[in-house]
Amino acid sequence: MSATTMTMAKALNAGLRRAMDDDAKVVLMGEDIGRLGGVFRITDGLQKDFGDERVIDTPLAESGILGTAVGLALRGYRPVVEIQFDGFVYPAYDQIVSQVAKFRYRSGGRVTMPIVIRIPFGGGIGAVEHHSESPEAQFAHTPGLKVVACSNPRDAYWMIQQAVASPDPVVFLEPKRLYHSTKAEIDVEATPAPLFSSQVVRPGTSATVLAYGPSVSVAMGAADAGVADGLDLEVIDLRTLSPLDLGPVHESVRKTGRAVVVHEAHRNLGMGAEIAARITEECFYSLEAPVLRVGGYDTPYPPSRVEETWLPDLDRVLDAVDRSLAW
Amino acid sequence: MADLVDPPLVQLLTPEGERVEHPDYRFDGDDEMIAGLYRDLVLTRRIDTEATALQRHGELGIWASLLGQEAAQIGSGRALAPQDFAFPTYREHGVAWCRDVDPMALLRLFRGTDQGTWDPDEHNFGLYTIVIGAQTLHATGYAMGIQRDGAVGTGEAGRDAAVVAYFGDGATSQGDVNEAFVYAAVMNAPVVFFCQNNQWAISEPTTRQTRVPLYQRAAGFGFPGVRVDGNDVLAVHAVTTEALQRAREGSGPSLIEAFTYRMGAHTTTDDPTRYRVSDEVERWKLRDPLERVRAYLRRVHAVDEAFFTDIETEAEAIGERLRADVRALPDPDPTMLFGNVFTEQTSELAAEQAEYAAWSASLESEVVR
Ligand SMILES: Cc1ncc(C[n+]2csc(CCOP(=O)(O)OP(=O)(O)O)c2C)c(N)n1
Repeated sequence: MSATTMTMAKALNAGLRRAMDDDAKVVLMGEDIGRLGGVFRITDGLQKDFGDERVIDTPLAESGILGTAVGLALRGYRPVVEIQFDGFVYPAYDQIVSQVAKFRYRSGGRVTMPIVIRIPFGGGIGAVEHHSESPEAQFAHTPGLKVVACSNPRDAYWMIQQAVASPDPVVFLEPKRLYHSTKAEIDVEATPAPLFSSQVVRPGTSATVLAYGPSVSVAMGAADAGVADGLDLEVIDLRTLSPLDLGPVHESVRKTGRAVVVHEAHRNLGMGAEIAARITEECFYSLEAPVLRVGGYDTPYPPSRVEETWLPDLDRVLDAVDRSLAW
Repeated sequence: MADLVDPPLVQLLTPEGERVEHPDYRFDGDDEMIAGLYRDLVLTRRIDTEATALQRHGELGIWASLLGQEAAQIGSGRALAPQDFAFPTYREHGVAWCRDVDPMALLRLFRGTDQGTWDPDEHNFGLYTIVIGAQTLHATGYAMGIQRDGAVGTGEAGRDAAVVAYFGDGATSQGDVNEAFVYAAVMNAPVVFFCQNNQWAISEPTTRQTRVPLYQRAAGFGFPGVRVDGNDVLAVHAVTTEALQRAREGSGPSLIEAFTYRMGAHTTTDDPTRYRVSDEVERWKLRDPLERVRAYLRRVHAVDEAFFTDIETEAEAIGERLRADVRALPDPDPTMLFGNVFTEQTSELAAEQAEYAAWSASLESEVVR
């Protein structure tokens, strides 16, 4: 095994590098991704090594980035675009939901859109407005788009390569607050889990906690803290939001009888709502309590001095677990 | 980058502090006014350097410095009539100064205690806009409102109004900005598009956004464009005054490209050493917008030396006040989260707020988990 310890930022960089080595049609596009290496340095050094024809510093126009990516894809390229911050994906929203998502369907399968849309998402970095949003539901609600979120360096390394190799468009969500704060050993020769699969990341019996992206570490923290209270929580990292891989979730809920879904996005009509509905449909007779959701409040993302109140934290997760157990 | 520099700049005050003539533009103020502009420049720079220092001490989350762009902002900001309205990006601290917005309001935003809570209508100064280019459309729409209110072309000096929209060179690539140009042109809206071409959009030079000098874009949309020395406060004032007057008279939009330079980093989180050479910064330092006004005032003996020391004292006092006030700023009450989402609280949000209150009360009673 050849293992290296990397941050999530490094892991994404290494994954992109390998994807570019493997396929000459892969091109990266985005604002400041060249010499600067992106504002989070995810593409650091790639322009130096692959040239500015493959690592393209685009003009400051998101609709332009996605619209030209569609054209490149039509010409046989595999664009991997970087949206600088979650809140700046909306100028490209029309291209993503009306064009990227629908090309295959309306061309009767003749045209594929192998585009990866990388979005640093979520809060917790003390930023000003538009820099901390969780837009996943808006994309997961759009047929024709696949949506995934990584939560640790190992997955980041593999999932980005799998997303690039995927023939369909993938919205690839990267939890920005974990970019430089988490490290993991990555076996670059391992066989990774399939891209569109959920994974049990901590087995347990008291209740099932479901999370993705930045919320996985919150869920894991809650599980660790819960031990002192005699709780044995099972944590599932959903990893894929569209399509959802709920097989492992149903299995887990049948075992524990309780489920709590955690995400930063607003609770109203968020991923948790869909997941709760699907668990209820599949596991109704196994449930000891309704499926509970812990999410961001249904307000715009607040000023950073109160974001800790807004963001679901370990206590709010444990509170939901307690409520589930008290049912 | 020669192709972007070549066209002549409107200049009325050289970097050495000498007044020069221009066939089309004239600064119509006297030396007393120039002294006033100098004060604005110095105090604005002081607010900016204080904010940068506060960020370095962890008191602000981030700061977007205007260092080097003071003349572009003061020159245009002081050309505005009270009834005119300005739509800023996130870097228009000098224009905010001209519109009497308390610098603390800016600092609160960058500290993260609120998202900009000055009253736009009190100051005729819009809220800071972070999504690049969005405000150019708002400005155009506002200008359309002015037209519909009959506040254009009446010939009454206190009545006719115009709008100015600020944005950067990078912003000119956005669809919104191009759509704003289209709307303003076909509606003949009284709006002045004021582009501060500070040469960089984070790490990308202007050549990544355009192949033609930006002011020339205007012609393609059907209105005039002009490039002015953005480090020359007199020239910026003259050019903006003219463009605003055109707009107020009902002659429609125009584009001003203030050719200037971002001397510092894009924001306090940026590292410009990764993409630009220090040479360039050194060259632009020679064109510092403050130095040339100081040189002029000294050259013509418009003021005595006490004038300069008084301004320094005033600047120091502002710096101290900001430092103290920022440190004393309390964090907002967490329940502010739930306010102002809608005009009237919805029952769903009220329930969320109650849920939060009950939960946070339970935490307090529990002490530690
Ligand atoms: C729609 C959008 N995309 C990306 C960003 C991130 N961003 C913030 S400032 C900036 C560069 C802006 O450059 P320019 O318009 O030249 O203005 P300057 O900051 O140089 O004054 C970028 C890319 C943003 N704020 N909004």
